[in-house]
Amino acid sequence: MNTPSPVETDGLFRWPDEGLARVPFRVYNDPQIAEAEQKLLFQGETWNLVCLDLEVAEPGQYRTNWIGDTPVIVVRDPVADRIRVFVNRCVHRGSMLCLEQHGKAENFTCMYHNWVYSLDGKLQSIAFKRGVRGQGGMPADFDITQHGLRELRVDTIRNLVFATFSSTLPPVRDWFGPRMVWSLERFFHKPIRLIGGYTQVLPNNWKLYAENVRDSYHASLLHTFFATFGLNRLSMDGAVEVNEAGGSHLSWSKMATDDAEGTDYASGGLRSMRDLAIEDRRLLKTWPEFEDGITHMIQTLFPNVFLQQIQNTLAVRLLVPRGLDRCDLQWWVFAYEDDTPEQLRMRLMQSNLVGPAGLVSLEDGFIGNAVQRTTRGDQGHGAIVEMGGHGVTTERQSRVSEAAVRGFWQQWRGLMGF
Amino acid sequence: MASNIGYTAADRDFLAAAAQACADCAGAIDDDSLEAWPDYFTDDCVYRVETREGRANGWAIGLMHCEGRAMLRDRVLAIRHGNVFDPHTYRHVLSLPRFAPAPAGGQRGTELASARRVLTSFNVTRVMKTGEMTLFAVGTYDDRFVEADGRLLIHERTVVLDSRNLDTLLVIPL
Repeated sequence: MNTPSPVETDGLFRWPDEGLARVPFRVYNDPQIAEAEQKLLFQGETWNLVCLDLEVAEPGQYRTNWIGDTPVIVVRDPVADRIRVFVNRCVHRGSMLCLEQHGKAENFTCMYHNWVYSLDGKLQSIAFKRGVRGQGGMPADFDITQHGLRELRVDTIRNLVFATFSSTLPPVRDWFGPRMVWSLERFFHKPIRLIGGYTQVLPNNWKLYAENVRDSYHASLLHTFFATFGLNRLSMDGAVEVNEAGGSHLSWSKMATDDAEGTDYASGGLRSMRDLAIEDRRLLKTWPEFEDGITHMIQTLFPNVFLQQIQNTLAVRLLVPRGLDRCDLQWWVFAYEDDTPEQLRMRLMQSNLVGPAGLVSLEDGFIGNAVQRTTRGDQGHGAIVEMGGHGVTTERQSRVSEAAVRGFWQQWRGLMGF
Repeated sequence: MASNIGYTAADRDFLAAAAQACADCAGAIDDDSLEAWPDYFTDDCVYRVETREGRANGWAIGLMHCEGRAMLRDRVLAIRHGNVFDPHTYRHVLSLPRFAPAPAGGQRGTELASARRVLTSFNVTRVMKTGEMTLFAVGTYDDRFVEADGRLLIHERTVVLDSRNLDTLLVIPL
């Protein structure tokens, strides 16, 4: 049987002996694993995307977000003129400080008891610190300088703002490695602006989506439109590249280099080759955006960030786990500042192809749940992840491969200690 | 434009006809008569789904943007033959329509000055074939109607979702 057999002693999880080519279903369903992920991944040795720099461009401008279960405030400190990230929690009773997603502040004042913090996180004042007419108040030895907001380390690559709880993690560029940085600099090679955004609530464990985006094998099989309209086939020129740590990857391809002859596509046996003719082809109109000829670029950044260039649709996505079987996928849809009206119009038309309502890829919204719902009660079994071999390599490889999925698990296991 | 109090008889007739058109259109979706859905729109209609946040920010990209009835038919074709998803239906509950409180430019500007802008609140429950029911969408239809052959047709419909959250996927139109 091709099923892994996780050895369970004292109920503790152990990765199956088969290695990375088997993923035990328990990883999507075990509350103890989810709890450990909060500590070891999100509050551990990882860089976490918190926002785009445009959202905190002005002094005092802030954006709230989540690093796993931890609420954070990202703010541009006007004095130091730099981005700071704090845990969004008053040190007094733990109340959330900022309730808005976006805003501008001169200080952060807790609504509960009016404790006030400056934008560098220092506790500035406490209401009724000295009590009223000599009665009550804080003890004389309470030192407000010892009670600032919990501050995280911050680093950026182009427009992406990352934060980490770790004091020892290398800078983001080193952590993701040169090939990942190359792609990010390609995405953000000139000034961008936001042209859309929404949150897609996914009814599955966050790792099922993390795997899905790393899985280039499924793209033209699950997603009918890709194949039918010749937008992306595995027979096009392209490759998968996994970074050194394993958890981040690139999958790219070039349209119009397709030769389907002699493949399963030509024989017509695949469900996704059903012949569909749409009436209005305006939404397929594209222009070559990058000089390198790459028309599709999917990038993942461990653990939970995704970037896309699908033709001329550009987006950053961040996945926030919400318990075992739910996660929130935040989308930032962007364009370049120097877009012509015609280019922006083509992006608008193509936006019908991607996202939660995307003709090409809306299936990604539910496919994780299709796995989630079968695996809940079956923790002795697991998935086969053997396309393209058993291991992980940084060598460029065919997109008919699950190497990036194995790479994700390699880095995940390393950090989780499994 | 009409003020929101003291509607004339003609205003009331128009709103009643708009309510009927909205109800018929929503009914076609809920009854799974999706092939009939484009018939409630003009040939050169705009059908768009966006969020309230996106509208406030003036974002160009929403969740869906169709121009012309052919694109609506393409959506239906994709639902029937292209896309893969958990089978489900909707049930729309609509408010009475009202005139938009202030004049505003439409998607395509002034050529629609004659089209009347009507707002209708909606509440959509999604019913999975497994029986699970979820409050799926709450928002406003921001519509411009035109009259053709004695019928009101939707010339522009912007579906403005109150929440930025969209559960799972949006395949059947709202």
